[in-house]
Amino acid sequence: METEFTPWLSLGGGMMIGASAVLLMATNGRIAGISGLTSRLLSRGTDGEARGVSALFVLGLLLAAPIWLLVSGGWPQQWMPPSPVVMAVAGLLVGFGAIYGNGCTSGHGVCGISRRSTRSVVATLTFMATAFATVFVMRHLIGA
Amino acid sequence: MKQIFALLSGLIFGLGLIISGMANPAKVLNFLDVFGAWDPSLAFVMGGAIAVTAPGFALLFRKRKTPYFDKTFRVPTRNDLEPNLLAGAAIFGIGWGLGGFCPGPALTSVPMAAAGTLIFVPFMLAGMWAARHTPDMTSTSSPREGTAQ
Repeated sequence: METEFTPWLSLGGGMMIGASAVLLMATNGRIAGISGLTSRLLSRGTDGEARGVSALFVLGLLLAAPIWLLVSGGWPQQWMPPSPVVMAVAGLLVGFGAIYGNGCTSGHGVCGISRRSTRSVVATLTFMATAFATVFVMRHLIGA
Repeated sequence: MKQIFALLSGLIFGLGLIISGMANPAKVLNFLDVFGAWDPSLAFVMGGAIAVTAPGFALLFRKRKTPYFDKTFRVPTRNDLEPNLLAGAAIFGIGWGLGGFCPGPALTSVPMAAAGTLIFVPFMLAGMWAARHTPDMTSTSSPREGTAQ
């Protein structure tokens, strides 16, 4: 599916993501890394306080689309690969890789780079490289 | 109070993802498809986010020793590039390139209940669980608590 280049909306939305990361650090002292926060909900070792903060952050994420629906009158536009197998494998790799590599697009890509963490810069360059390569293979070599 | 701000942060994050177009996997996949219908929007999302977070964090850490409603800033202190980091990031990127979803947009999309999202998210949670129970390549200790970004 072709998508329209949206520089201003994307810049504005990105700045909201940044504001959220600063707000969470300023009030709760935590990195707004979605994989870290989510996986803390799945782990028995997490203390109650961390679990509560993670649960509320994730609840906020889940409320965003319904609030968008109420305000704008429609869901955001979405298209994704139609194959259930592709989406299942994608989910498994994203979940495993994000935790094994200690972060995802938000934790490494936004918060880590903003802290000038070498680990996060390297992780972001690495997942960008494999993501570009994967799309090239899927769309231009296999032609899916 | 901290709970209210945790909820608010999640909400602002989710709305930011929707407004930026990142809740649409097609936009992410088109960013990653330089040789196809390239859509550079994702670079503006990351640029906008870092343009706020970098000075925001710097100012915050300079002005305050502790967060407003908590005892400490929990910031990762590791700076070694170990195999887990690279392997995990590489695996993450392959999944991201396949589905066009990373954890934030996937969770934000759950209420919209697209078939692909309802498949992706349970498998993502299973992958996270599996990684939590996979020992590090470099150490003999298996717990990965507290190391995630």
